[in-house]
Amino acid sequence: MIQEKIKLAAHDVNLWFGQKQILKHIDVTFPERKITALIGPSGCGKSTLLRAFNRMHDLVPDARIEGRFLLDNTDLYGGPLSATQVRQRIGMVFQKANPFPKSIYDNVVYGLKINGVPKEQQHEIVVRSLQESYLWEEVKDELNKPAVRLSGGQQQRLCIARTIALRPEVILMDEPCSALDPISTAKIEELILKLKEEYTIVIVTHSMQQAQRIADKTVFMYLGEVVEQGPTASIFNNPQQELTANYVHGRFG
Amino acid sequence: MKRKLQFIAEWGSLLLSTAAVCCFLVVILWDIIGKGLPVLSWEFLSSLPTDGMTKGGILPAIVGTVSVTLITAISATPFGVCCAIYLNEYAQDNWLTRSIRASIRNLAGVPSIIYGLFGLAIFVQALQLGTSLLAAGLTLGLLSLPYIITTTEEALRRVPASTREAALAVGATQLESIRDMVLPSAISGILTGVVLALSRAAGETAPILFTGVAFYINNPSGALNQEFMALPYHLYMLSTQHQAIAEVRPLAYGTALTLIIVVFLLNFTAFYIRYKHRSK
Ligand SMILES: Nc1ncnc2c1ncn2[C@@H]1O[C@H](COP(=O)(O)OP(=O)(O)OP(=O)(O)O)[C@@H](O)[C@H]1O
Ligand SMILES: [Mg+2]
Repeated sequence: MIQEKIKLAAHDVNLWFGQKQILKHIDVTFPERKITALIGPSGCGKSTLLRAFNRMHDLVPDARIEGRFLLDNTDLYGGPLSATQVRQRIGMVFQKANPFPKSIYDNVVYGLKINGVPKEQQHEIVVRSLQESYLWEEVKDELNKPAVRLSGGQQQRLCIARTIALRPEVILMDEPCSALDPISTAKIEELILKLKEEYTIVIVTHSMQQAQRIADKTVFMYLGEVVEQGPTASIFNNPQQELTANYVHGRFG
Repeated sequence: MKRKLQFIAEWGSLLLSTAAVCCFLVVILWDIIGKGLPVLSWEFLSSLPTDGMTKGGILPAIVGTVSVTLITAISATPFGVCCAIYLNEYAQDNWLTRSIRASIRNLAGVPSIIYGLFGLAIFVQALQLGTSLLAAGLTLGLLSLPYIITTTEEALRRVPASTREAALAVGATQLESIRDMVLPSAISGILTGVVLALSRAAGETAPILFTGVAFYINNPSGALNQEFMALPYHLYMLSTQHQAIAEVRPLAYGTALTLIIVVFLLNFTAFYIRYKHRSK
């Protein structure tokens, strides 16, 4: 097997909210152009870890972070990149679809505008992003409609479109399907598998089936620590830790 | 059985209080509309007072109230909104922020005559604006500030954190996220608060008493450095200070009705903004 390239990594990360330590000695790696699933019981710190990668905690005054976060061996904190630069390279799709309170078109074009993409390229990128997120056919006649009028699944695909419009290198997804019906979920999964050709994807999920369907690698977290990580098949079929075995077989969580 | 009686008693007292409040409102409106409406005419609204204010209209007072309210809006809104943005978006939750909030809340409870005296000391005297439209408008602006700040902060707080995060996640700075996403989402709440604050300011007498309002002005110019007439003060004067009180009573009612209409229009604007936004 060829050694896969590591795109994103955290080394010995500790994170506190006030006095409470949420992440403990986290060491994880995310291989390039692969899908990595982040699983673990509710409250174990999956979202917190994910949000640390694109510096979403910067605005939380009592958050304190230790350790190193690396994108292609460049430090995400205290390095050459500003928070906005980090977020341009590491996009995020949230658990609850949160389109901007604007039109469908403006939702996608907004990121291009503030990041200084030349005006004459913007339209083409919007169209391409909507096509790539399999939304174009459904919305091409009503691009000026307020985005909040779309269905939940469409909104989530719009959020994905808005993220890939910026051509990030990594896409973080925090339970992107948790509010969706099976059909929308299937569409998003199909989309994620497609996106893998170009992007490194990290996805938080509570669905063991989903992780097994789409993830190349799986990371199991428990109480703020990474218990086990490895190829999805071995995490589910041949876990090394008893905790992992209990969790993936639904014995707790 | 006992529960039922208690229920009837509680329900009844609630209903009674509500009915009493509505009753007062109806009686007041009935009185003012009944006696003010006959006086109200285009003539009354568009002419100067004449014959020692026993005849003629109230044009200067209308012009004065409208211009002083405009100055209030222009001076207080940007300050108030910026202050609320700072408090809600940037300030950390520490003792300093808490004491700023507490001060603002206390300011809202300060009697309006105190604002009048403060305006006299600061704008009229220290800043040498003299008793003028500008000084009075700024004083009313101060009076409106706490209210504008509080309602704007509430409107900002109702914008979900996910909206801010969405903007940050596509590479917006905090300022861009506030400018492009948070403010547009909160705008109807902010405008409603501003308009309601202005409708309150428009009806105030005490703050303009020492800072610029005049008994009588025969050419309503709206100039910033001139004294002006205002509806509430004109009403006060007609109903208590005039030598021929009985004779000018109808004019007083006409003025009262006009003032109520102005305030009602402002309130209606506020409700309209809210309604428009909700149906969107
Ligand atoms: N801003 C915050 N301030 C203080 N504590 C927080 C904050 N955000 C999260 N926490 C705490 O951090 C812990 C981990 O939360 P996190 O959202 O990362 O869990 P999670 O693994 O994503 O759970 P879920 O599967 O339910 O989404 C929780 O105990 C939560 O209460
Ligand atoms: Mg979570």
